[in-house]
Amino acid sequence: MSAVLTLDRVSRVHGEGASAVEALKSVTFTAAAGELVAVMGPSGSGKSTLLTLAGGLDSPTSGTVTVEGADLGSLGLKDRARMRRTAIGYVFQDFNLIPALTAAENVALPLELDGQRPRAARAAARLALDEVGIGHLADRFPDDMSGGQAQRVAIARAVVGERRLILADEPTGALDTETGEDILQLLRARCDAGAAGVLVTHEARHAAWADRVVFLRDGVVVDESGSAPVDALLDAGQGR
Amino acid sequence: MSVRQALLALLEQGPMYGYQLRSEFEQRTGGTWPLNVGQVYTTLTRLERDGLVAGAGADDEGHVVYRLTEDGHGEVATWFTTPVARTQPPRDELAIKLALAVTVPGVDVGRVIQQQRTATMKALQDYTRLKRSERGAERVDLAWGLVLDSLVFAAEAEIRWLDHCESRLRRAAREQSAAPASAPVQEEAR
Repeated sequence: MSAVLTLDRVSRVHGEGASAVEALKSVTFTAAAGELVAVMGPSGSGKSTLLTLAGGLDSPTSGTVTVEGADLGSLGLKDRARMRRTAIGYVFQDFNLIPALTAAENVALPLELDGQRPRAARAAARLALDEVGIGHLADRFPDDMSGGQAQRVAIARAVVGERRLILADEPTGALDTETGEDILQLLRARCDAGAAGVLVTHEARHAAWADRVVFLRDGVVVDESGSAPVDALLDAGQGR
Repeated sequence: MSVRQALLALLEQGPMYGYQLRSEFEQRTGGTWPLNVGQVYTTLTRLERDGLVAGAGADDEGHVVYRLTEDGHGEVATWFTTPVARTQPPRDELAIKLALAVTVPGVDVGRVIQQQRTATMKALQDYTRLKRSERGAERVDLAWGLVLDSLVFAAEAEIRWLDHCESRLRRAAREQSAAPASAPVQEEAR
């Protein structure tokens, strides 16, 4: 079984001296290919910190974060930015789409930033939009879309270019129950197709879509539920 | 759960025999609340005694078929137009367990909560897996889907409540440890 994401004894302290807050305390965590892991906890439990560290948006005070075998801490700024465009997909609660770009342009952006030719990038973007069921909205602008459609665009952007680590921060927060489930279904399908997913949520109903649920309290993992069926799945077929 | 009302409601579809009623019930509820055939026939006998159903002869294979009487139709209509009473909540073992855990000495309440949360989350994962396979099915059974959703929401509510219990306990513990020194004074100062 290949771990796409590994956090090894990761701590993150915000501030210094007496006012220092330890957001994560020596947390060890992995997400394997084909696995969706949910991280649950109340606000202030460290779940968002965990996700920003995994995505290379922040650096740990101690410990290491490894994505696809690369230690993010030892990469330079440039290489880390490259990892974020090519290996790591991020999905946010408020979609974070660029309003001046169409759906297809939003999705193609990471590829173009990575140096792909615009035509190839657009073609890949359309494919990714097809996959999340909104190929027909490729030329529409985010403001002319429903929340569910916009989040589908964001997911397409997160997975375009065969990225194998998907990090989702309350991706269903702004959506109604049924639309939210469609989004989870998409994340789930990406993981079933071989990506590793980490889903941060405070809703148990959404966390239940994951193979494993990790409970954080005050920066520490207190519980973990669900077996890791990934090994069995891989042995049964794909032989990754 | 009222077996009586469920059987009457099913007979609105047309006359049926006991075994048929049981499978119709389980098709809608996915075997969440298993009915045994004996229970179905006992209930039918009582409904017949009360004049809500009547025997309608036997089918070709000799099964005794029942149909609704006029009173039976009325009873079904009343059931559907009356809300389910919440005045007497059913006995909730978990709530009772926690109420005792916080008062009986020597119980690690935090542990009780964590273990329960893990177990309930596992159940929730199982329900969700069932839902996913339902979504993949060609014909989605609406009735069973709704029952499944009800189980999902109930499990979610239980987890939320356990989270709530945990944070209340933590706050109580903090206040207790702060109490002997300065806490009450601070409260007044605010």
